[in-house]
Order: sequence, then C-alpha cells, then structure tokens
Amino acid sequence: MAGAESSFHREFPVKGGDFAKAGNAACEIKELLKDLGLDPPTVRRAAIVAYEAEMNVIMYAWDARMELTVAPDEVRLTVDDRGPGIPDVELALTEGYSTATAEMRELGFGAGMGLPNIKKNADVFSIESEVGRGTRLDIIIRKNGHRTS
Amino acid sequence: MIVLKDVLALLEGELLTPATSPEAMFRKVFASDLMSDVLTAAEPGALLLTGLANGHVVSACSVADIAGIVFVQGKRPAPEVIGEALAKNLPLMATKMTMFEACARIAGRIEDGGHGRR
Repeated sequence: MAGAESSFHREFPVKGGDFAKAGNAACEIKELLKDLGLDPPTVRRAAIVAYEAEMNVIMYAWDARMELTVAPDEVRLTVDDRGPGIPDVELALTEGYSTATAEMRELGFGAGMGLPNIKKNADVFSIESEVGRGTRLDIIIRKNGHRTS
Repeated sequence: MIVLKDVLALLEGELLTPATSPEAMFRKVFASDLMSDVLTAAEPGALLLTGLANGHVVSACSVADIAGIVFVQGKRPAPEVIGEALAKNLPLMATKMTMFEACARIAGRIEDGGHGRR
C-alpha cells in the first residue's frame, strides 16, 4: 500500500464450473495479502474465506465477481454471483448440509462446511440470496481481530 | 512435532519433491480426504495425510498453510500437481501404506518421542 490510510482494491472474476482453475483467485489473494505485509493469521483467514467462496461459485453458480479491499484495519471480501441462489439460507449455513453432487465430493468438497467455515473465519458476515438470480456475500476480517463466532 | 525424514522412514515413503529439506518439521499431523475438513480443522504448519491426489489438494493446503502432504495407499498426484507443489514450496510424499497404518505409525512415533500429540 502507498500509505497507512490508503486502500488496496482488486477484482477477480470467477467462472462457474471451471474446476481446472479452482483456487486460483484465492491463492492470488493470499499472495497479495502476504506481499502487503498482513499478519499470517489474518492472511490465512482471508485466504480460507476466499477459497471457500470461490469453490461455492465454481460448484453452484454461473459466474461471479470477487472484490478484495484491504483497508488499514480490515480486509473486505465481497462475492457477487449470478446463479440459482439459495432457497433456504439458514439451512445452507448449517454445518454438514450440502447439495453437492457426487463429482464435487470426489474432488474433496461438498461436505457442507463452506458457508459455515466462511462465517467462522469472518468478523462480519452477511449473505443475501435471491432464487433464480444469485447470491452476495460480504465478509470483513479485521486485522488481528477476533472471530465473532 | 515430527521431521520429514522420520515420516519417510516410518512410512517407507518416497519424497516426490526432491528439493525439500529432509529436516523440514511439521508441528501437527492431520488426516482427511475432505478438503473441507482441511480448511476447517487443520492447523497451520500441519502435515496432511490424504488419499486424495488431485490438484485441489495442493491449492487447498496452500491456502490453509499446511506444511506438507503424504499421499497414502499408493496414490500419486499427476506431474503437473507435483510441479504446482514445488512452486509453492510444499513437500509431497507418497506411501503404499493405508491411511490407518500410516496414521498409527506416526501417532506411535509422536508418543514415543515424548513430544505429545497436542
């Protein structure tokens, strides 16, 4: 970052179904945060959130824009996808609940831990979803912060 | 805590990333075929034992700060996956042992070494 009060911002497109590139955006985000000098626990939490969110887009949505903003005190990640949406958000936030296909499970995913793990690693977590349109996640991770859940 | 060369000896394993130091140390050990588990419960610096050998394992482990991977039961990742791990400085090992036997041997060593498992 150029100065203590400046923010870093970057967007990452994610394409649904693109398993070959799964994790690329999250790995890039992790390297960026390391290069920006963030503390390792914050980098790890942000990278895990980004990875879980990216996998959700690849597994369930058509495409999405992930936006990373690094402010002096926090990392913010928003993921705005076009996709089928989530009919019951509360159910989707339940650990172990999953609508993953057998193919997704064979790759090691779809255990129903994605959204709960995002929430667990976030200091602020919000989700809005509209069936037939898509889902938007807004996550804030405070540098050296404490998990709220 | 367990050292890479001891892992290889215990598991009669093969180092797939030869550039790795045999003295590399792992603070904890975690075993799962589910990357969701790795991202949820594995601790930074841990060694992962898994029967899953696709490229997602390397990217998930990199994100979760996993310090090394052992592929059990004769599983071997594709050359491009090994290349990706090399680029990320992530040591990869392979053993023909089953997950259970590999875990049992490592657990026994950690107990014998008096370092404690947790």
